[in-house]
Amino acid sequence: MEIPAIVGGGLVVIGAGIGIGRIGGSALEAMARQPELTGKIQTVMLIAAALIEGIGFAALFAL
Amino acid sequence: MKTKIKITSLFFLLALFTHTVFAVNDGGYTKERDVRSEYKEFKDHHLKDNHSFKIFYYKTGNKKKYISFPLPVIIYSEHGLDVFMSSKFYNEKNKRVSHIIDDRIYKIDKKSEKIKATLASGKELKVIDFSITKNVVLILLCIFLMLFVFIKMARSYSKNPIPSGAGRFLEPIVLYIRDDIARPNIGEKHYKRYMGFLLTVFFFIWFVNLFGLTPVGSNVTNNIAVTASLALLTYIITTFTANKNYWGHIFWMPGVPTPMKLILAPIELLGTIIKPFSLMIRLYANMTAGHVVLMSILGLIFIFQSWLGGTLSFGLAFALCLLELLVCALQAYIFTMLSALYFGAAVEEHHHD
Repeated sequence: MEIPAIVGGGLVVIGAGIGIGRIGGSALEAMARQPELTGKIQTVMLIAAALIEGIGFAALFAL
Repeated sequence: MKTKIKITSLFFLLALFTHTVFAVNDGGYTKERDVRSEYKEFKDHHLKDNHSFKIFYYKTGNKKKYISFPLPVIIYSEHGLDVFMSSKFYNEKNKRVSHIIDDRIYKIDKKSEKIKATLASGKELKVIDFSITKNVVLILLCIFLMLFVFIKMARSYSKNPIPSGAGRFLEPIVLYIRDDIARPNIGEKHYKRYMGFLLTVFFFIWFVNLFGLTPVGSNVTNNIAVTASLALLTYIITTFTANKNYWGHIFWMPGVPTPMKLILAPIELLGTIIKPFSLMIRLYANMTAGHVVLMSILGLIFIFQSWLGGTLSFGLAFALCLLELLVCALQAYIFTMLSALYFGAAVEEHHHD
């Protein structure tokens, strides 16, 4: 049986969603613990989220 | 009482859905398919660049009337330069026709909206298309807007250090880019050299993305060529302003065993190309995805074919547009941020001994 490519794309998007969700959650926790580091945490969070997002888009474009 | 209302409304909703389903079935298979494929065509067309600036059309009886204006077509081939207006591609009945100059026949391909050229003998002619298309018009518009706003803003500072007009809104953003993006990522010593590029690229991407959300604008960052040129600029600046530590870390990574250095060098070299490549893909894909989702949500109107679809798609499209407002600024921010990060890596001083 052949699995359609769109299923793979969906799986990647699920993975990327979990990843970005975890980053956001962890960043929120970290910011709540150390509000004075908010700026730095936000920067790192956005970079990591952007990198994961790139993988998600790569999968969508491979469809 | 409350449960009763809930059950009633649920029943009401269910009834509506069943009604919709029946209505679609009654319409017959071919009809439904027509609407869908027609909408898909419209959606694909919307995402493409165009040789004329169509704003909207309305129907009087059986005729479609377009509110639009033509744009210049500039084509270079081995037969020289051909310049004419894109209105030549349409006759008075708005049908597509081909335009003939000497023995060269130009026409717009319906699928790709690109210009195809053939010779009278039937041979295909290779052309380079320099046309002012819809995207180019919007880029030029954005450039003029930025020049107008920022030159005026800069002049107002020479009179009075307190910002006025648009400066009150834009000054905090400029300061944010300087103090929170450029300074910490590039470093106190070198950040001033890159401020021009960072500010320009931020405001350009932001404005152009916002243009894409207006009903008139085509989305410029939907075009991979635009994002590719932006990423190429980042790549060129990184490469030509890098100091010797940067190249040292690429070709001969200090502090690792020699066999590892040999493995790391090609990977690092590839990394320099992958970085701007990911910038390009990220911006392009984000903006395209936003538009595809928006168009698909609007398509619900034609698939449901009831007031429910209209209400649903209006609500969702409204929410998505608000999200897109955020995404527009966020993508501009991320592009600027990552560019600053790459510049920072290029000019970093030697830390370890």
